[in-house]
Amino acid sequence: MNKIVNDFSITVGTKNGSGSSTANNTILRSVFKMGIPVSGKNLFPSNIQGLPTWYTIRVNKDGFIARQDANDIVIAINPDSFVRDLASVTPGGAFFYSDDIKQPIPRTDVAIYPMPIKSIVKNDPNVPTDYRDLVGNMVYVGVLAQMIGMDMDKILAALTFHFKGKQKPIDMNFNALKAGAEWAKTNLEKKDPYHLEAMNKTDGLIMTDGNTAGALGSIFGGVQFAGWYPITPATSLAEGLNDYLPVLRKREDGKHTYAIVQAEDELAALGMAIGAGWAGLRSMTSTSGPGLSLMTEFAGLAYYAEVPVVIWDVQRIGPSTGLPTRTSQGDLTFTHFIGHGDSHSIILLPGDVYECFEFGWQSFDIAERAQTPIFVLSDLDMGMNQWMSKPFQYPETPMDRGKILWEKDLEEIKGNWGRYLDKDGDGITYRTLPGNKHPLSAYFTRGTGHDEHAKYTEDSNAYMRNMERLKVKHYNAASYMPKPINHPIKGATVGIIAYGSTENAVLEAQYHLAKEDGIKADFLRVRAIPFTEEVTRFIEKYDQIFIVEMNRDGQMYQILLTEYSQYASKFRSVAYHDGLPAAAKWVREGIVAVAVKDAVEKLNNKKESKSDLAFLVKILKSKSAKLSIPGVKPTATKSSSKKNSTISMIGNVSGSIIVMGSHNTSTINSSLNQAAIKTLAKHLGAELLKAIKENQYD
Amino acid sequence: MTETLPMAGATANVNLAGLSKNDYRGAPTTLCQGCGHNSISNQIVTALYEMNIVPEDVMKFSGIGCSSKSPTYFLNRTFGFNSLHGRMPSIATGALFADARMKGIGVSGDGDSASIGMGQFKHIMRRNVNMVYIVENNGVYGLTKGQFSATAERGLQLKKQGENPYMPVDICMEALVSNATLVARSFAGNPKQVKELLKVALAHDGIAVLDIISPCVTFNNQENAFHSYAWGKDHEEPLHEISYIAPRNEIILEREMEDGEVREVAMHDGSTVILKNLERGYDPTNRFEALRVMEEAQRNNWLVTGLLYVNTTKPNLTSIYNLVDTPLNRLTEVDLRPERAMIDKINSLMF
Ligand SMILES: Cc1ncc(C[n+]2csc(CCOP(=O)(O)OP(=O)(O)O)c2C)c(N)n1
Ligand code: SF4
Ligand SMILES: [Mg+2]
Repeated sequence: MNKIVNDFSITVGTKNGSGSSTANNTILRSVFKMGIPVSGKNLFPSNIQGLPTWYTIRVNKDGFIARQDANDIVIAINPDSFVRDLASVTPGGAFFYSDDIKQPIPRTDVAIYPMPIKSIVKNDPNVPTDYRDLVGNMVYVGVLAQMIGMDMDKILAALTFHFKGKQKPIDMNFNALKAGAEWAKTNLEKKDPYHLEAMNKTDGLIMTDGNTAGALGSIFGGVQFAGWYPITPATSLAEGLNDYLPVLRKREDGKHTYAIVQAEDELAALGMAIGAGWAGLRSMTSTSGPGLSLMTEFAGLAYYAEVPVVIWDVQRIGPSTGLPTRTSQGDLTFTHFIGHGDSHSIILLPGDVYECFEFGWQSFDIAERAQTPIFVLSDLDMGMNQWMSKPFQYPETPMDRGKILWEKDLEEIKGNWGRYLDKDGDGITYRTLPGNKHPLSAYFTRGTGHDEHAKYTEDSNAYMRNMERLKVKHYNAASYMPKPINHPIKGATVGIIAYGSTENAVLEAQYHLAKEDGIKADFLRVRAIPFTEEVTRFIEKYDQIFIVEMNRDGQMYQILLTEYSQYASKFRSVAYHDGLPAAAKWVREGIVAVAVKDAVEKLNNKKESKSDLAFLVKILKSKSAKLSIPGVKPTATKSSSKKNSTISMIGNVSGSIIVMGSHNTSTINSSLNQAAIKTLAKHLGAELLKAIKENQYD
Repeated sequence: MTETLPMAGATANVNLAGLSKNDYRGAPTTLCQGCGHNSISNQIVTALYEMNIVPEDVMKFSGIGCSSKSPTYFLNRTFGFNSLHGRMPSIATGALFADARMKGIGVSGDGDSASIGMGQFKHIMRRNVNMVYIVENNGVYGLTKGQFSATAERGLQLKKQGENPYMPVDICMEALVSNATLVARSFAGNPKQVKELLKVALAHDGIAVLDIISPCVTFNNQENAFHSYAWGKDHEEPLHEISYIAPRNEIILEREMEDGEVREVAMHDGSTVILKNLERGYDPTNRFEALRVMEEAQRNNWLVTGLLYVNTTKPNLTSIYNLVDTPLNRLTEVDLRPERAMIDKINSLMF
């Protein structure tokens, strides 16, 4: 058997609330400490106890650590998901299960490993009865460790970290783990190809989740106020503030430079944050979709009254309550246009936990500079899963508090100022803060119409001047937005634009598209709206640009269409929304499908270039797409192996190309007209018939 | 907060802060003539002037409604935020963290507080935010032209609206059961009482709810309506006469109060409230008694006014948070950004 080293996925199926997260994190952290690139994704239900839950780990020596849409090693602990878990194992893969599950095992194409978890734990006198299930989870880690070669020292390090050095739980868990490993050593024979071997590819990296990173970034950004309301998957961000602020902003006098308030709902959460931001505090809130819906009216107020505030949206999927524990990028257009009337928000799009930290502090600078709400769009995958990351870096620029006038400033300008007076011509005006004792400092903030001096007015011209200035301010902000990250590739002819947590999946897809599908795509990860000039340059460069994102309607695609209407014909939406962390498989298949559709359209209109034809032929030969020509029976092709007879046999039929395994077949079923089939037949010859034969279906 | 600057050579037209009454005024009102809200604005101006409060030491807030417009009509020199319908409490809660030395004055309406904003109204009570929370209560939605509000009595007949079929919400009861630390009721037609209660409320360190019946002359001022001038005049049952005695001011205004009927309440800032009971031996520090009196008034169709409840023992919101002495909004990078060395510490805490 060929060894497969450091390139596989492990999925553990357990029950929610069974305490398996310690075990799963131990696997993840041990692999990480072995120097092998790794990721772990918790695919959990919206439930506290009892429903099936999975944890999927991707180990990849080349650093492709997006979720793998395949399960090479499956560990089944939950009888309720046993059948499904067994069925999900890749052919040739490995299946470990708790041997108290008595269910038929019909598969013969995978290595089967029963594990006597219950009896091993029962025999350990040091494990109290209450802890048996919890500690039992360590047994499967031990068995797995033995079978794939996890390093015991690294495992111990992981446990020590997890239990914060507390010896008793460390010992109890490590002993169970070692017992599992011992048992496997004497009782199991290796029948699968998967092995771990130490590398040095994670040296110097840290491992954490985006919500912790976001909280820490906010603290290094000097957060002073947060109003929040619990909601998955945003809760741990606010809790991170509560955890780390007392440590990082500790003072000798024991007093506080900040206040975190758990509000009665999200309206109040943002209301408080806006009040604080208005009064000069670095202020934020964190929420997810449903909370953001409640915040809408307030977001519009902050936009129009020009109040700095940072709003984190850790996105989950769905309209309404949706799937509360699944990820998505479904709030992009909503946040962009949030609020009634004309409004336009600045959005930051972190792509990993490092950027959650970075944007954590930068968002305050941007908010105070632009005096407007800043939305930071994270998602459940980034927010709640553990990601490898380069270490956080101390903010390299001093805080930008924006245009604020205190007493002495007002003294200097002799009180000659107007809250909404655009003195500098950049759309950004000067503000004063409550507590300023200068008699000319005060102004009245309102969501109703106001003039340059913040006086109530319903004057049409004053309204328009104000709104036009806000627009100028918005687009000027492009100059101080985080620039996109470019991942070029040699000989690229098309582009990919993506954002947020999909980067790993897109990078992996980019590699395979170039290597196997003949699509060489330059990749730009956008990090902010308004778009910076680098985004414009990129769009100008390519005629075909795939916009990859995790939602149904192609929301970034929609925004690009409006912002770059002159280039509308270049954009292709590749959107996908199953609620799971992005996988390279759908990115790649989605792009291939759309590229096929494009090529077929040209073919149908006799506008195809040589490379379009070559591409279609390549895809059809590679079997990543199937050709369907109803009415042409494979039997009729039996003796026709010559090119000419193939064409005549095709006659006057039409057909379609369906990209195999594509997750959204309905949208990429590309119809071929008769002429197109003839042209294709010319190039495919006998292979066309073979394709028909193999793929015929009614 | 109440900076009482002893001004040498202060003339008759300036107060101890050296300010004239004009320094407390706002823009000319655009509310209807005779609207109860206007008379309340005037009392706010007078109360602050008489208490020598510097306008820059206060923040003013409101929601949306005719009542919520009124902060434009007083205290021009004070920072203000006219927010969203029903959402004044959250704005004020956040803003007052920025400078904990400052006091909030909020003006809301019965629609603003008892309907759309009921949730925030109740929660600002339990948080004991340091502000005067005035509900200018007219039993209708003035700004949207006369619909019933949640405080309108059952059976009220209004033009175009027909008859109100629902039971009313009682602002003071709601405040009290939500653990407000000062609750009072008054009537815009009794400016002296409004002013004295405003002073008591301003001296209070915590949330002070003033439910002020404030007739809407345009949509709800029929003689028989509970929120009308005529009804208020006829049914007002003051619990006591109130005098507010400023701190450091030893002059007792009304000597004759020093008998068994007089009750003094000491406020945080050293000021005193003297209550002269009219009939019932009323003790405003007794929450149970306050609820009883309100219940009794409801049954008898009395408009019971005065200081219903006060509790000076509860810390206000910002003091619970143990903030630094410098106002938070004057802190700079030195105070706010952890030291450089902390980044390594944090990285080592990650795995
Ligand atoms: C979200 C929202 N809904 C509705 C309105 C319309 N609206 C404006 S004022 C008001 C009622 C105000 O009544 P009240 O608070 O009693 O104030 P009054 O005008 O009576 O002083 C309503 C419903 C609004 N501004 N915002
Ligand atoms: S409509 Fe009523 S509440 Fe509004 S300003 Fe006129 S009188 Fe006052
Ligand atoms: Mg009203």
